[in-house]
Amino acid sequence: MSEQLHHDSQSVLEARSLARHYDIGGGFFSKPKTVKALASASFNLQAGKTLAVVGESGCGKSTLARVATLIETPTAGELLIDGADVAHASSEEMKRLRQDVQIVFQDPYGSLNPRKKIGTILEEPMVINSDASAAERKERALEMLTKVGLRREHYNRYPHMFSGGQRQRIAVARALMLQPRILVADEPVSALDVSIQAQVLNLLMDLQEEFNLAYLFISHDLSVVRHIADEVMVMYLGRPVEHGPRDAIFQNPMHPYTKALLASTPAVDPRHRVERIKLKGELPSPINPPSGCAFHQRCPFAEARCSTERPELTDFPRQKVACHFADTINQDQTAA
Amino acid sequence: MAVTTDMSANPQDPSGSPSATPEAAPIHPVREFWHYFSENKGAVAGFFVVLFLIVIALAADVVAPHLPSEQYRDHLLQPPAWQEGGSWSFVLGTDAVGRDLLSRLIYGSRESLFVGVIVVSISLTLGVSLGLIAGFFPGFIGTIILRLMDMILAFPSLLMALVLVAILGPSLTNAMIAIAIVLQPHFVRLTRAAVMSELSKDYVTASRVNGAGIFRLMYITVLPNCMAPLIVQATLSFSTAILDAAALGFLGMGAQPPTPEWGTMLSEARDFILRAWWVVTFPGLAILISVLAFNLMGDGLRDALDPKLKRS
Repeated sequence: MSEQLHHDSQSVLEARSLARHYDIGGGFFSKPKTVKALASASFNLQAGKTLAVVGESGCGKSTLARVATLIETPTAGELLIDGADVAHASSEEMKRLRQDVQIVFQDPYGSLNPRKKIGTILEEPMVINSDASAAERKERALEMLTKVGLRREHYNRYPHMFSGGQRQRIAVARALMLQPRILVADEPVSALDVSIQAQVLNLLMDLQEEFNLAYLFISHDLSVVRHIADEVMVMYLGRPVEHGPRDAIFQNPMHPYTKALLASTPAVDPRHRVERIKLKGELPSPINPPSGCAFHQRCPFAEARCSTERPELTDFPRQKVACHFADTINQDQTAA
Repeated sequence: MAVTTDMSANPQDPSGSPSATPEAAPIHPVREFWHYFSENKGAVAGFFVVLFLIVIALAADVVAPHLPSEQYRDHLLQPPAWQEGGSWSFVLGTDAVGRDLLSRLIYGSRESLFVGVIVVSISLTLGVSLGLIAGFFPGFIGTIILRLMDMILAFPSLLMALVLVAILGPSLTNAMIAIAIVLQPHFVRLTRAAVMSELSKDYVTASRVNGAGIFRLMYITVLPNCMAPLIVQATLSFSTAILDAAALGFLGMGAQPPTPEWGTMLSEARDFILRAWWVVTFPGLAILISVLAFNLMGDGLRDALDPKLKRS
């Protein structure tokens, strides 16, 4: 797969054909099956940039997040953090690499330990990973609290005393305690009120600027993605189907799935409404993915070739698309 | 209930669980706990009886009118004070060798509470550790642990304890060990269930991302969130321990005479049931009341600590 897109700037996180499979089942009479939650994903993430990963539920977004944060080891492919291959890292190196990648979770109610004070929650990463004294840790925790827009007296409170938005701020503060270079955000605002979403997103963007953070931003909310992303990667059944700069994806989606996804976003202004591309059926099971292009059963443009041959991501002027007929489809669109 | 600051830690805080919604003005956990606990009148009664027992046990030397083993040969099987032939120096009467029943009961509360504390401590520590391991390693190790616990549970508990005491030799210490072994499968199962449900939560993953070791995850991250059902089980086990110890004592496999243990006292008094009702009635009542009190308190604790039973 080509990586010409951004060889110029500094890459902090790089994935090469990253895959994560799960073995399930395997009772007495059934053979164990393999779920290819993440089949093959390649991308490059630079400091200070945001890569948004978009897709339906079950397309492997969260698995990608878990692999990128080193919670899960990839089944195949390579993951490079700061140029260091995770697979070959010694335990010493792993400890350092782990500090480089942090995560903010979707559910702000489940991501903070309900029995621990905010101070303890914030300091835990430092307790585990550094030799800082208690006073230093407290100083840093208080500093982070103010950075994310909370007050110093919140240090001694318990998570249940906070609202969802505040909890998410605490989660962000915890993630930044070790000064990571990459922040994986797994749908960080989808559990929040719309009014709070913007606040948290703006906070994330401010922090990105301040610390030159790279964001791997997982979301299914396209309006959020449009707001925060530099680059967008659309995933379908464990594989990226389209990948490119935000404006290219939003203004000129080339993959039929991306088109359908964008068309499904409700728009208040009738002029902005795109013609709907209706998708038939549901996301196929990753246990038994369709042959050829995984999308062919639901694709309005599918032809015989799609069911036999899997399209690879190929370069187009502004983005990369995995579709055999990306050319013809998009010609038709502009012609019509 | 002592109320310190707004932020003080309380291990029994039930509102910390994710199902509880954040309140505008958070009530102090201890006060909230007492609010729910005091709704159950039986539980409050049980609580005060337990408190009374503890005071009696601690102050036995001061409260008891006589020494537990001192034999007053002139007063064999003397009835309680209010009956004909009774005297106020032996309020509840004396037993077959002239020992004051009230004093023996008071000193016996020490034995019973001691049994309860030790048995619950052993089974709690053992059960929680095994349960944590079973929850964290649900594969081979977890299955082995659980099947072992199932085997222990399949035995009638008293029979199992009897067998163990028969092997180890009859004494109060061995009886406690046997009862602890019989009781700990409940803790293992409870802990495992709670651990399994906690492990799927994101805060555990967050700790993992930060590289928390397995012991940190087990005891610092997860365990405090599993305490509510364990506290309840511990209180209920306390009464079971007292009851089982008394049963073993009665069968001659627990505390040995002349220890003033309630079950042993019953056993010694067996021959005089028809002639002197008080020698069996009072130890029996003592066991009944204390077990009942602990059970009532346990029920109240469950109501107060289980977020699912809460009306907000």
